[in-house]
Amino acid sequence: MLQKNIKVALIGNPNTGKTSVFNQLTGLNQQVGNYPGITVEKKQGICNLDSNKKAIIFDLPGTYSLNASSMDENVVIELLLNKNDIDFPDVVVLVTDIENLKRNLLLFTQIKDLEIPTILVINMIDQMVLKGITLDISFLENELKTKIAMVSSRKKLGIDDLKKLILDYNSLSKEACLNASSIDVAYFDGLRKAFPKQSLYKLWLVITQDVNFSNLNKNIISTSNFAKSNSDLKRLQQKETIKRYQFINDVLKIGRQIDTSNATDFRSKLDRVLTHKFWGYFIFAAILLLIFQSIFDWASYPMEFIDSSFAALSTYANEQLPAGIFTNLLCQGIIPGIGGIVIFIPQIAFLFMFISILEESGYMSRVVFLMDKIMLKFGLSGKSIVPLISGTACAIPAIMATRNIENWKERLITILVTPFTTCSARLPVYSIIISLVIPKERLFGIFNTQGLTLMLLYLIGFGTAIFSAWLLNKFLKLNCKTFFVVEMPNYKLPLFKNVGLNVIEKTKAFVFGAGKIILAISIILWFLASFGPGDKFRDAEKLVGNQASKSISKTKLDNKIASFKLENSYIGIMGKSIEPAIKPLGYDWKIGIAIISSFAAREVFVGTLATIYSVGGSDNNDTIKNKMAAEINPATGEKVFNFASGISLLLFYAFALQCASTLAITKKETNSWKWPLGQLIFMSVLAYLVAYLSFQILK
Amino acid sequence: MQTTIDQLKLNQKAIITDFDIEAIPLKLIEMGCLPGNKVELLQIAPLGDPLFLNINDSLLAIRLETASQIQVEIEPQ
Repeated sequence: MLQKNIKVALIGNPNTGKTSVFNQLTGLNQQVGNYPGITVEKKQGICNLDSNKKAIIFDLPGTYSLNASSMDENVVIELLLNKNDIDFPDVVVLVTDIENLKRNLLLFTQIKDLEIPTILVINMIDQMVLKGITLDISFLENELKTKIAMVSSRKKLGIDDLKKLILDYNSLSKEACLNASSIDVAYFDGLRKAFPKQSLYKLWLVITQDVNFSNLNKNIISTSNFAKSNSDLKRLQQKETIKRYQFINDVLKIGRQIDTSNATDFRSKLDRVLTHKFWGYFIFAAILLLIFQSIFDWASYPMEFIDSSFAALSTYANEQLPAGIFTNLLCQGIIPGIGGIVIFIPQIAFLFMFISILEESGYMSRVVFLMDKIMLKFGLSGKSIVPLISGTACAIPAIMATRNIENWKERLITILVTPFTTCSARLPVYSIIISLVIPKERLFGIFNTQGLTLMLLYLIGFGTAIFSAWLLNKFLKLNCKTFFVVEMPNYKLPLFKNVGLNVIEKTKAFVFGAGKIILAISIILWFLASFGPGDKFRDAEKLVGNQASKSISKTKLDNKIASFKLENSYIGIMGKSIEPAIKPLGYDWKIGIAIISSFAAREVFVGTLATIYSVGGSDNNDTIKNKMAAEINPATGEKVFNFASGISLLLFYAFALQCASTLAITKKETNSWKWPLGQLIFMSVLAYLVAYLSFQILK
Repeated sequence: MQTTIDQLKLNQKAIITDFDIEAIPLKLIEMGCLPGNKVELLQIAPLGDPLFLNINDSLLAIRLETASQIQVEIEPQ
């Protein structure tokens, strides 16, 4: 009964609603991974075609053509050229958008040349009447030698038709729709004779592209008499593109009618406002303010609920389970450790939601357009805005998003400065410290002072990124051609389903990715904090008992013993030994431990303090925040988290590169250890200096 | 009248005639920037650069530097 699933590759230009079609076909049956060795996201999902046949849908990265100019686009070509790849598709579903049909069809004609069955999806048909477009489907199917599915992923139209076409893929023609080799007859005839077994277009792609193919050796071709200079090749590629557009123009002249008399031009009206010299910037600033206010204000309600729930869970487990080492590990190590990460789900979800809405709606490219000239002054590109904004979620995808910056110098600078933007891993640290040291008040009745502090930290991060870019631009001597092309898609209302799925997927990746590290670290920390060498740790009860006066209450004595034990545990000894280095910054040894343990990932900071304070106090049902607020420095009698040390900590985390994954991705994207190491040293030194100065001034 | 794209006025339409192939990214060509195709200047960024164009029904933005490399023939009104 087990039938082979149909393998479907979903391909299309960016902004054609390809992901919406993917979401409609697969629903929640999605899996996201990475292509081996590279960090391009690999998305696949299962689609039930009918009661007993399934399809595996691969959502490939958006690409404008088969002439790859980025790693993302390479993935598409490498898959389509390698018949031995286990993911090699039985059928390609090419998604186009009714309004950009002409440009979208370029990619279609290229894929048809590879002789793979290809279904043409024309998406956004709900726009047809509005734009005054009519199509002659049977004519188009005939000329393009394929079947067409008219779809609106937004209005959920035509998805069943598409499923039927996929089921029936064997009946599709594999014939190319035009003969592109006529651009240089002699050259291609020679090529055909030399390699009779290979498809001609495939050979052409191998010659012109910088991609790896297992079974076709580029060297054999390029050392033979088919070698051409780069500018000759580019000239031929241009000829090829002209040839394809001629064909597409001829087909659409008959197959498509546009009556613009009824068309409404919503886009140009909106663009006049959104890219206006005053309103454009004003609206952009207002949107940023809204995002930061919501992250701090709206997210605080579910966060308080989660915080108190975990504290209650700890208490409950402590009461219900028999006393012993396992219960201690659970209540003092594991539960606070998990709580330390779960609490930030609301803020991270909000952040990803906003970024996803900005990208889906088409607004992000307007920001690129508005900011390009300004960014250019600092050695960045307008396109650096996307990494810098998505860097507020996480530097990893942000650094990956620099791939569409065409100029290497602009791209390198963007990669190097992106880690300064305030990522979601800094949020846990910021929000807990802000709530401890910044009084909660309202400014002008509306702005929450804690929210404003948070916004200020974001601005500091962003400002430092820009300033470092300016420095790098001065000192880096690289000469690169600037090519800047950015598509300005029509505005779209973001689809709830797309945004929702994106938020779930990204939040899940954050929680599980970071969660594993945090859990492991909190267990290790618990061990280090619960055991210690020597007599002092073993005889803690006796030593403290002898010192204390008889009148002290039982709880107070217990607390004294616990903190004495902590000081003499393994972790206490480690913390004490680094204390001299961090004392000038205003930190005690417990914070020092938290900084060290959060070297690999910033968000570990809060979990570490949670674990240390749980072990160090007898009272488990209190929240992390209350425990931190109650910490007193025995030497000065002041609160450990006071205004001066709090600001110093905030600034330390604003500048320090406390993230092993960022180092790894910078290494991968720049292909050298030079850049990540420079990044690490520069950011760490800056963080230490700024934290030192701020504490010395404020204390 | 022969000119280059960076010299167009707002909402002016023209036909692309020629460009230096070395100075233009292939991606722009693939988006429809080819001799014979139409171009319209839709918007200029607040600081004068980049330009928002409609080239062959593709909506895209390019910098002045690139735009000055593309020759066009302005359509008579």
